[in-house]
Amino acid sequence: MGEELVFTFDVDGDDFTSAGQASVQIKKNLRQLGINPEIIRRVSIAMYEGEINMVIHAGGGEATVKVCEDYIEIILKDSGPGIKNIDQAMQEGFSTAPDRIRSLGFGAGMGLPNMKRYTDSMEIDSTVGVGTTVVMRVNIV
Amino acid sequence: MKVREIAEKAELKILSMPDPEREVIGAYMGDLLSWVMGRAGESNVWITIMSNINVVAVASLADVSCVILSEGVELEEDVLNAAKEKGINILSTNLPSYETAIALSGMV
Repeated sequence: MGEELVFTFDVDGDDFTSAGQASVQIKKNLRQLGINPEIIRRVSIAMYEGEINMVIHAGGGEATVKVCEDYIEIILKDSGPGIKNIDQAMQEGFSTAPDRIRSLGFGAGMGLPNMKRYTDSMEIDSTVGVGTTVVMRVNIV
Repeated sequence: MKVREIAEKAELKILSMPDPEREVIGAYMGDLLSWVMGRAGESNVWITIMSNINVVAVASLADVSCVILSEGVELEEDVLNAAKEKGINILSTNLPSYETAIALSGMV
């Protein structure tokens, strides 16, 4: 794989039930590329959590996945309200999700911690009132 | 053991079984989707009472071998169709989650 491959998806902020489509599609694409199944699992889970976050908190956004020679990079960009306190948001169990989201089995404060757990690096750049960009990398061993 | 064998031995109702030969390794029980996605192992049986459409995505992404809906939880048709389309096995039982896990003990 010499050239880097880029996949881009619009994440629809209005439709919570269709959240995950981009992650499921990425899983398929990576399978076709013959990527190691454990790497695919980590990338798709991290991306799904990010997608759900964008739908719950930011009214959608854009997801980009770059497949490079040594790593897979996931970039999630939204124009939502931003994260006031990133350290707090990173704590397991901390959540600002509304009750209707919790009734669907989300909003347990596991999203960002799971994203960190499943990736080799994660950077969050967020400005209140402007939006959030999350860049995650999973190394291809 | 395979999903179809577990369905038969534990007398589970088959709602969606596009991949009956899928091998089962271990089990996980939980209803918080993010928690399950972070902890369930590949090829686990996943026992839950959640039945909304996101369960299909989580099952697919976490790569579990099948979902078992406990407590007699039913599935909406659109969720069932999504499961079949995405190749997700979904079984159900009237037993509570704990008893479902006990019924599977020794099989997974």
